[in-house]
Amino acid sequence: MKIGVLAIQGDVREHLRHTQRAGAEAVEIRLPRDLDGTDGLIIPGGESTTIGMLMEEYGLIQAIRDRAFSSSYPIYGTCAGLILMAKNVIGKSPARLGLMDIDASRNAYGRQIASFEVPLEVPALGGAPFPAVFIRAPKIHRMGDGVTALATYNGDVVMAEQGPYLVSSFHPEMSEDIRIHQYFLEKVDKLAGVRH
Amino acid sequence: MQEQRGTYNVKSGLAEMLKGGVIMDVTTPEQAAIAEKAGAVAVMALERVPADIRKAGGVARMADPRIVKSIQEAVSIPVMAKVRIGHFVEARVLEALEVDYIDESEVLTPADDQYHIDKWRFEVPFVCGARDLGEALRRIAEGAAMIRTKGEPGTGNVVEAVRHLRAVNAQIRHVVATPESELADLAKELRAPLELVKQVKELGRLPVVNFSAGGVATPADAALMMQLGADGIFVGSGVFKSQNPEKTARAVVRATLHYNDPKVIAEVSEDIGEAMPGLEMATLEPKDRMQDRGI
Repeated sequence: MKIGVLAIQGDVREHLRHTQRAGAEAVEIRLPRDLDGTDGLIIPGGESTTIGMLMEEYGLIQAIRDRAFSSSYPIYGTCAGLILMAKNVIGKSPARLGLMDIDASRNAYGRQIASFEVPLEVPALGGAPFPAVFIRAPKIHRMGDGVTALATYNGDVVMAEQGPYLVSSFHPEMSEDIRIHQYFLEKVDKLAGVRH
Repeated sequence: MQEQRGTYNVKSGLAEMLKGGVIMDVTTPEQAAIAEKAGAVAVMALERVPADIRKAGGVARMADPRIVKSIQEAVSIPVMAKVRIGHFVEARVLEALEVDYIDESEVLTPADDQYHIDKWRFEVPFVCGARDLGEALRRIAEGAAMIRTKGEPGTGNVVEAVRHLRAVNAQIRHVVATPESELADLAKELRAPLELVKQVKELGRLPVVNFSAGGVATPADAALMMQLGADGIFVGSGVFKSQNPEKTARAVVRATLHYNDPKVIAEVSEDIGEAMPGLEMATLEPKDRMQDRGI
């Protein structure tokens, strides 16, 4: 299995490492042609305005949307990646993929001083709470009918999925715990089974 | 569920999110908007850019809070601001303003010639300058969650930035090649805590993100620093002292992303107007060298 990690800017190295540790091949995606042969995509945290703008300029938004519409292409967006996956963004809204039926807002917890980490219950993972790191994190304000909440914190949904798409407000790559990457890879595996 | 703020993970985490990006010095909300629109990942709010600080002379201090606030209102990307080395009250002021990162910077006139700020006491993260590995690790030991190699600010001359990044890299290679039993001695030589030296040996790099600063004036300069191993770029005077700041800002961001692709660098460098005027190092008096402050 080969997973692309969008490598425009942000926590790319850590996602590559986690994906490899979870048992898949991981490749950097900078240009549309890099997507060839990938079974899924991870969009790391970073600055969503910067990432969205540069994705658009280098044709990545169109290329990824084409792929998503022609077959089931699993994508996991973390933090900035959640914003790039959201159909609607409240306030300043960057160029993005808009594939998931959610409304989201950027930096919704406040500036850096309000960033935090917390052991988070994620029932789908089973076992111990997940060490979740929230950095200038976004919030989900609305979920469409097909969207399922996977974790909540203080009443807000912070992890959700819709068909092949997965998003989290927090960063799963900032601890040693690889369970969320494993969860995503299982999703990719199942969908690949359906495709073939 | 107990939520924890201001942990080292959270502090260094924001720097991790900036990797591969460009942080630009700005002095007005209008400049901040230009930087954001060009694709900067953060801005540094200042009263004057380093080239103007050089010209003005006298004591350079933290910016007026009004400048910081107006820039925070103008953009949605992180806003950083500078304090004088050792001036922990200026740092408290910036923390109260909720800046996203504090730069304890040699660009401003040092307030303490002996001690840096005890950065562990703050919830807001700090970035500090360094010319070599020992300096970087001393700053990390004081609580810095991000490092930038110093270069020589406000000169538009990349030579010192290159020197400092190469020095850090060479020393890291040396640490990696040094057997465990000799590390304690090497730590003494570096004047750095042994624990951090051990960490460098394990990781083969600094334990926090390391950006390049001090002299980047062109897209090719930015790509050069990235190829030498910087995690990202600070551009001080290079953008807003150039002939066309919008074009220069855009070009530097794109050259930083595609640093390994000379074709892209050529494309973005075309017709962007003149870079900032530069300064030859030999023309600087010792008193004008900012990099020697706070070592």
